[in-house]
Amino acid sequence: MYRYDEFDSAFVLERVAEFRDQVARRLNGELTEDQFKPLRLMNGVYLQLHAYMLRVAIPYGVLSSRQLRKLAYIARRYDRDYGHFTTRQNIQFNWIKLAEMPDILAELAEVEMHAIQTSGNCIRNVTADHFAGAAADEVIDPRPYAEILRQWSSLHPEFTFLPRKFKIAVTGSPHDRAAIQVHDIGLEAKRDSAGRVRFAVWVGGGQGRTPMIAKKIRDDLPESELLAYCEAILRVYNLEGRRDNKYKARIKILVHEKGLDDLADDVELEFASIRGKSLDLPAAEIAKIEAYFAPPPFDELPASSAIYDVAVRTDPEFAAFARQNLAPHKINGYSIVTISLKPIGAPPGDATSAQMEAIADIAARYSFDEIRVTHEQNLVLPHVRLDDLPVVYAMLASTGLATPNAGLVTDIIACPGLDYCSLANARSIPVAQRISERFADSSRQSDIGELKIKISGCINACGHHHVGHIGILGVDRKGEEFYQITLGGSADENCAIGEIVGPGFSADQIVDAIEQIVATYLELRDSPRERFIDVYRRVGVKPFQESLYVNA
Amino acid sequence: MSTPEAQPMLWRDGRFVEDDWRFADDSTPLPDGGKLAVSKVRFLADRSTLITRSDGIAIALASGEALGEIENDLERLEMIALHFPRYADGRNYSTARILRDRLRFNGEIRARGDVLRDQITFMIRAGFSAFEVSHPGTQVALRDGRIGSIRHHYQPSSIDGGFEASGYVWRRLSNRA
Ligand code: SF4
Repeated sequence: MYRYDEFDSAFVLERVAEFRDQVARRLNGELTEDQFKPLRLMNGVYLQLHAYMLRVAIPYGVLSSRQLRKLAYIARRYDRDYGHFTTRQNIQFNWIKLAEMPDILAELAEVEMHAIQTSGNCIRNVTADHFAGAAADEVIDPRPYAEILRQWSSLHPEFTFLPRKFKIAVTGSPHDRAAIQVHDIGLEAKRDSAGRVRFAVWVGGGQGRTPMIAKKIRDDLPESELLAYCEAILRVYNLEGRRDNKYKARIKILVHEKGLDDLADDVELEFASIRGKSLDLPAAEIAKIEAYFAPPPFDELPASSAIYDVAVRTDPEFAAFARQNLAPHKINGYSIVTISLKPIGAPPGDATSAQMEAIADIAARYSFDEIRVTHEQNLVLPHVRLDDLPVVYAMLASTGLATPNAGLVTDIIACPGLDYCSLANARSIPVAQRISERFADSSRQSDIGELKIKISGCINACGHHHVGHIGILGVDRKGEEFYQITLGGSADENCAIGEIVGPGFSADQIVDAIEQIVATYLELRDSPRERFIDVYRRVGVKPFQESLYVNA
Repeated sequence: MSTPEAQPMLWRDGRFVEDDWRFADDSTPLPDGGKLAVSKVRFLADRSTLITRSDGIAIALASGEALGEIENDLERLEMIALHFPRYADGRNYSTARILRDRLRFNGEIRARGDVLRDQITFMIRAGFSAFEVSHPGTQVALRDGRIGSIRHHYQPSSIDGGFEASGYVWRRLSNRA
């Protein structure tokens, strides 16, 4: 993985010192909360309902054991012994004292981490495929490009006061696990017929109150021009994006109002003046960054493992875990393990300090020291030998981390909602917990198969409900929490925005409604191999409406 | 902004200096001599007389105001003033970069309006060379040299002259402002 050099370390330490000064000025009254707000936001510090929250950047979701141990330490020492992994591959600490923030940032700097650009109207932490460098279907490892983008976007002097936040995601697989089409810029690295790296560039995707799927603005961008082209897009957006209404300020609205062709013309005009100059990426420098992401020293192993096979045959619980939480690795004899942070009935995405430490230990011993954070709020051990899987499983199980539900109905994404967030209309976490309890039975879950439920506590859609197979949106109806259901959303390469199914449900009714939708799916499917999303695409929203509102 | 305003002071070349420019509004008659800054509208309306002045002319642009109609006159301008109605309105960072990088404007680029200490480093990187500062805390910080605590930059920029490359093509190292 990427390691800071002297330049990076110096940069982060300068930033910590600067923020320490700003916090001191706030605490001694030189700065009002109004004046302090933009400064703290630029360091990931939010004021929530009950306390200050710190959001720490995990660049493209990649962590070392040492970093994860530090996060565990921060949770224990400065917070309430747990952290919350977010849909942007970051971690949040919900109960932090403002006066201690600079110390925490200094602690983070020790392990090459920071909280820069995890909030504010700037280019946010760049995200990428959480299986990068491991997935069997990967064409190109997206991490070197994500790292180059991370560096270029860090305190970019021109793009720190954009009309609105700006999110970039990168994938290097045809199967998109990074949800690139719902990002402001989505990049797919691929190879042309001559084997050279090219990027398909998508622009203007996003969720929020006006969800939109991105449009492809380039299909063949040479890798050397990646930064120049992104800079051109950002410049056009910075100048032309709407600033009169924050709900219309994302680049998706500019794409929509201006039209893709006109926008592309403007971008090309800027690009013509930028390309071939100081932002051009020399192949040697890309290679230098790539070297940080060289594959770990994999052993040469057979494609199958007797130890693994025996465990699958003899231990049904391990077999269930293996069926659900493993993904194919590009190297024979290895597997990708998803660690579900969605145990039945628990808040999605939370991990205790002890759990983080346990995962750090396992990763150090069995996964080349690497951990990934997924945008589905789970963690990943990217490189585990098949031979080691039974042991790894047992270690995970002993600390409550072996829930075999990756991709299933209880693997729910939920935003913090009304329990923490001052913008919320309704609670998200308790709804997730109740759905999880309703479908707790593991064989029932695996019978239902792949089903992605995503819950947001308000229209800002931090819980990605628009792209949930089943999306749940909290709304306020005359002071009461209500939940609107959308169906058919999807965040992968077949990106779709869910359709509203009908009138909302009260907090009391919502879990029954979800169960009814699942029952309808089970009746409609041709075979267990036809997933919920396949059925929805085949039959549309109607049968679900009919069964849901039959007594209405 | 609720920030208390002091008398604006002009920061240029590392110190506060007397402002040698007058900003004319769009309706009053033009003064006879002296350096004069006008809006784009006024410049286009009175262009023929303005370009004959010998004391120097400048154009003051609002946030995000397009450069198209004045591109061909840039050589005649000594200064362009770019306004920040709110610090969070960042359009003129891009305008400054276009002026420096694409249009090769070599005169003064001045930031006016909501110019605050925590933004000045960004402004310098984007090509600004002078700052009209009304915010008392920012005036003090500039005077005390407490601006520009970040010296490591991950982007090439418009004023690379004084900045060293550092490791990768996109990185730059600056001296303390
Ligand atoms: S979706 Fe709304 S309630 Fe949920 S975290 Fe985002 S802003 Fe808060």
